[in-house]
Amino acid sequence: MTAPTAAGCAAPDQAAPLPASLDLEKETVITGLVTAESGEAVPGAYVRLLDSTGEFTAEVVTSPTGQFRFFAAPGSWTLRALSRHGNGDTAVTAARGINEVTVTVAA
Amino acid sequence: MSRDTALVSAEWAEKNIDAPGVVFVEVDEDTSAYDTGHIAGAVKLDWRTDLQDPVRRDFVNQDQFAALLSERGIGNDDTVILYGGNNNWFAAYAYWYFKLYGHRDVKLLDGGRKKWELDARPLVTDPVQRPATQYVAQAPDISIRAFRDEVVAAIGTKNLVDVRSPDEYAGRLLAPAHLPQEQAQRAGHVPTAISVPWSKAANEDGTFKSDDELRRIYADAGLDDSRETIAYCRIGERSSHTWFVLQELLGHRNVKNYDGSWTEYGSLVGVPVALGDEPGEA
Repeated sequence: MTAPTAAGCAAPDQAAPLPASLDLEKETVITGLVTAESGEAVPGAYVRLLDSTGEFTAEVVTSPTGQFRFFAAPGSWTLRALSRHGNGDTAVTAARGINEVTVTVAA
Repeated sequence: MSRDTALVSAEWAEKNIDAPGVVFVEVDEDTSAYDTGHIAGAVKLDWRTDLQDPVRRDFVNQDQFAALLSERGIGNDDTVILYGGNNNWFAAYAYWYFKLYGHRDVKLLDGGRKKWELDARPLVTDPVQRPATQYVAQAPDISIRAFRDEVVAAIGTKNLVDVRSPDEYAGRLLAPAHLPQEQAQRAGHVPTAISVPWSKAANEDGTFKSDDELRRIYADAGLDDSRETIAYCRIGERSSHTWFVLQELLGHRNVKNYDGSWTEYGSLVGVPVALGDEPGEA
């Protein structure tokens, strides 16, 4: 597992612990699970973070246990998940610190 | 250049996996995706360890590029099909290198890994070993690479296209939102740069939009295609995606990728920076 670094632009391991250097007083972390309608976690789903105008901001792939994580800013966001099992959206109003969200996908 | 010469579909790729003279290459920053499954026969390139110089802040030079391709078994006459994660960002970046070092026949797989996975097309974990070649790289074609002084000189005179997300452009975020935001450089954008996020050019499955849609997006954003264009992002890989769209799909001339991008520009002493959603004044 590697901590996120400024050198690259690819998403870090979505199941890795938050880096110890991370300041949760400053960061707005949006994290959670993608699940199927059965409640089962969906690994390998593509999760997109859309801003308040619906514009793409970032995308990650869920971990083997269906987890995802974004570092955003306080405000309104939409999470959109794409998977072989179908797609789904969830709106979130994020504040500083950790914001937990579940996105359910259905065909 | 055009869509027919620069892009292949997933259908074409699956039919041509074993075609002689065709080499699939997966390019990622984090190559663990390749190790869990890749297109049969594809070799991997690691954006960080293979494509960047290990000491200087620069990418591999002509000799390093030739040595890399020789070792991976890619020949000068091969048709190279590049694909990867992150909506083909790093694959587009590698495509730009292949062009910079004069490779004759290189194409992107439309939609990259994402489209391939969402289509449930086959991925394998078999190790791939190709016999070494004697690859000869050409001198770098710097007509497609912009350096910082050109970017400063382009303020108010050339098209500057900032392809980061609107919040990065405005200075509200310093990095893509899947990364922590604590960074050394200042926030904002190059004054007079227009904001056209790379994602405008792609569908949500990672494939490129149609040529008509693409032309409309850049025209509506105010891109004057009679002038030279410099695209930038944070580290140069998302702007490779936009460089690919403008030069390779739409056939614009004189498009450069500024690979130093915001991590360089935002750290320069004394250069102008604009904040907010508007391009700002020269």
